[in-house]
Amino acid sequence: MASVTLDRINKVFGNTHIIKDVDLAIGAGEFVVFVGPSGCGKSTLLRLIAGLESISDGELTIGDQVVNELPPRERGVGMVFQSYALYPHMTVYENMAFGLKLAKTAKETVHERVMSTARILQLGELLERKPKALSGGQRQRVAMGRAMAREPRILLFDEPLSNLDASLRVQMRNEIARLHKRLGSTMIYVTHDQVEAMTLADKIVVLNGGRVEQVGTPQELYQRPATRFVAGFIGSPTMNFLPARLLGADAEGCRVDAAGLAELALPQDASGHAQGDGLTLGIRPEHLRLTAAQGSEGFEIVNVEYLGNEVYVYLEPKQGDTLLIQRSEAPSPWSIGQRVALDPDPEHVHLFDADDRALPAKAARAAA
Amino acid sequence: MSSPVTESAPMPARPLPVRYRSTKVRRQRVRAAWYFLAPMLVTLTMVAGWPLLRTLYFSFTDASLSDMGDTLFIGLENYLVYDDGRWFGVLADPVWWRAVWNTAYFSVVSVSLEVMFGVIVALVLNAEFKGRTLVRAAVLIPWAIPTIVSAQMWAWMLNDQFGIINHLLMTFGIIESPIAWTADASYSMWAVIMVDVWKATPFVALLVLAALQMLPKDCYEAAEVDGIHPVRVFFKVTLPLITPALMVAVIFRLLDALRVFDVIYVLTSNSTSTMSMSIYARQQLVEFQDVGYGSAASTLLFLIIALATVAYLYLGRKQLQLGGE
Ligand SMILES: Nc1ncnc2c1ncn2[C@@H]1O[C@H](COP(=O)(O)OP(=O)(O)OP(=O)(O)O)[C@@H](O)[C@H]1O
Ligand SMILES: [Mg+2]
Repeated sequence: MASVTLDRINKVFGNTHIIKDVDLAIGAGEFVVFVGPSGCGKSTLLRLIAGLESISDGELTIGDQVVNELPPRERGVGMVFQSYALYPHMTVYENMAFGLKLAKTAKETVHERVMSTARILQLGELLERKPKALSGGQRQRVAMGRAMAREPRILLFDEPLSNLDASLRVQMRNEIARLHKRLGSTMIYVTHDQVEAMTLADKIVVLNGGRVEQVGTPQELYQRPATRFVAGFIGSPTMNFLPARLLGADAEGCRVDAAGLAELALPQDASGHAQGDGLTLGIRPEHLRLTAAQGSEGFEIVNVEYLGNEVYVYLEPKQGDTLLIQRSEAPSPWSIGQRVALDPDPEHVHLFDADDRALPAKAARAAA
Repeated sequence: MSSPVTESAPMPARPLPVRYRSTKVRRQRVRAAWYFLAPMLVTLTMVAGWPLLRTLYFSFTDASLSDMGDTLFIGLENYLVYDDGRWFGVLADPVWWRAVWNTAYFSVVSVSLEVMFGVIVALVLNAEFKGRTLVRAAVLIPWAIPTIVSAQMWAWMLNDQFGIINHLLMTFGIIESPIAWTADASYSMWAVIMVDVWKATPFVALLVLAALQMLPKDCYEAAEVDGIHPVRVFFKVTLPLITPALMVAVIFRLLDALRVFDVIYVLTSNSTSTMSMSIYARQQLVEFQDVGYGSAASTLLFLIIALATVAYLYLGRKQLQLGGE
């Protein structure tokens, strides 16, 4: 168990700048998840921490030691690879024991450690098997066991569940969460699956194009996304975005006019912006309320998806072609072809400026 | 027709019911396989089977190179015969046994060295460095040169009076007087082995390099994170994983080495101290004009190579099974 601190970390491959000025503080025993779209540098950042890539600029601290120049083995990290990286010619037991033997650990200790790890991960019956005789989930557990058996200060996971099917993923997700509670070690976990991120993390780091977009608890990211990117990335189905115009700012907040909606009074502080400025209004599918529209006003319902416990209603605006999504509990009174007006709840409306940064809510500031 | 299906399906250890083995699809596949194999089998019969049978036939006759038409069947006399209180035939000829020993010695030593150097060269070529494509191509040159040419080249370099090797060694004061590398019995075998190693190492290196490039890269990263010493990684991970490729390289080289002819013939001609089985057979056949006797030697050579191959494949499979499953 150890803390990890990244101070203005940069990574350049050739002449492509992949990781840009990443600052991050990870507490001892924390479960931190890196999320972001494919190619944003999640794996690279993880490999920088592991020591598999060299840091171009910045300072990486583990515990209270600067580890920039330390080889992986001296950093006290264990890593679970996306492809598992099991040694194909060794049995499960040998795979787990291989990394232990070198540390001049006594034979009995090696055996004990392997056996207790195997017990935790329920690998008992598989110890004599070769990796190719294991299912995906079993291989995944062996890969975790191999990393854990060394009792590293920090466990790194690079998309460990991405090769598994949906139900196994849910099961393994739970096992990893339980494991973290039980071991209490610092864990850094890379995924592009936001459900994994939301369910596992103490703290989520959203990466985009090599930069940190936002760091926070799952609730913070969901309820107060700092940028439009985070707002769109977290949450499924994704947040609806509408072009809007600032009508005026006042002590309570601001008034905006969004395409297809009635004028809205919102609690956001728009004091830095001029009247008439273009903004983006964001609202989550579950925060949209639909009311019957008069005449040809509002939105047309183009599709209704029934999912059993809930219903997604797809709305087509008069101009533009991005559909809006409304989510509600089943059953829904709406059907295809009806025209509806939107009645957003001002408490749950997000506003983003031209630079895609969220406008802070006045109420939230007062409450803080 | 109903119950055994569920019983036997999950247990491949038990022999499957007959109807699983000869389904229609399976019969079709077997037939297709024969169609594809047929041209190859016919060609092999013509270019390998026929000469082999002819050689076998001649080995039981007293055929001579000058008169191939008028031959007598003499049974095993070319191999071994007791006559007048003495043994005659190939198997009683000390020169033949010397040739067998020379060939075995040459094969074992040169193939071992080639495998060792081949692995080292492959590891170097597998590393990332500038201009490695060029180096990879350059390393292949010895293998690309015809053996006759490279052997002749080495013969000149090793020449006791004008050779550059003696010249260099004397210039640096390592030796005082020129050494007759190819004529002196105490050096000639090593000269031959060195030239063969020089030539065949690239071949082994290339096979091993191909295997190295197939290795799972992430396993090495896992080993790096776990802090396992590179030497240990080589012996515990790399070596077991390239063993199949090494076995292929060894069998190729071994077959080549057991019938070695050109290197030795160019470098040392018929000298007994380096004579291989092939050279012995050629000498009997061509120089002494004794086709029957030479054929007997060739047949024995064939038998020895076949035996070595079978033994090697058998041991190899056994070892793979022990290590693999
Ligand atoms: N060794 C390398 N040399 C050059 N560019 C690289 C190297 N490794 C990664 N990159 C680039 O860095 C960027 C980030 O890669 P990275 O593997 O970190 O993405 P990721 O966020 O893990 O994506 P994914 O979700 O698809 O795994 C990519 O554009 C990739 O092409
Ligand atoms: Mg990745």
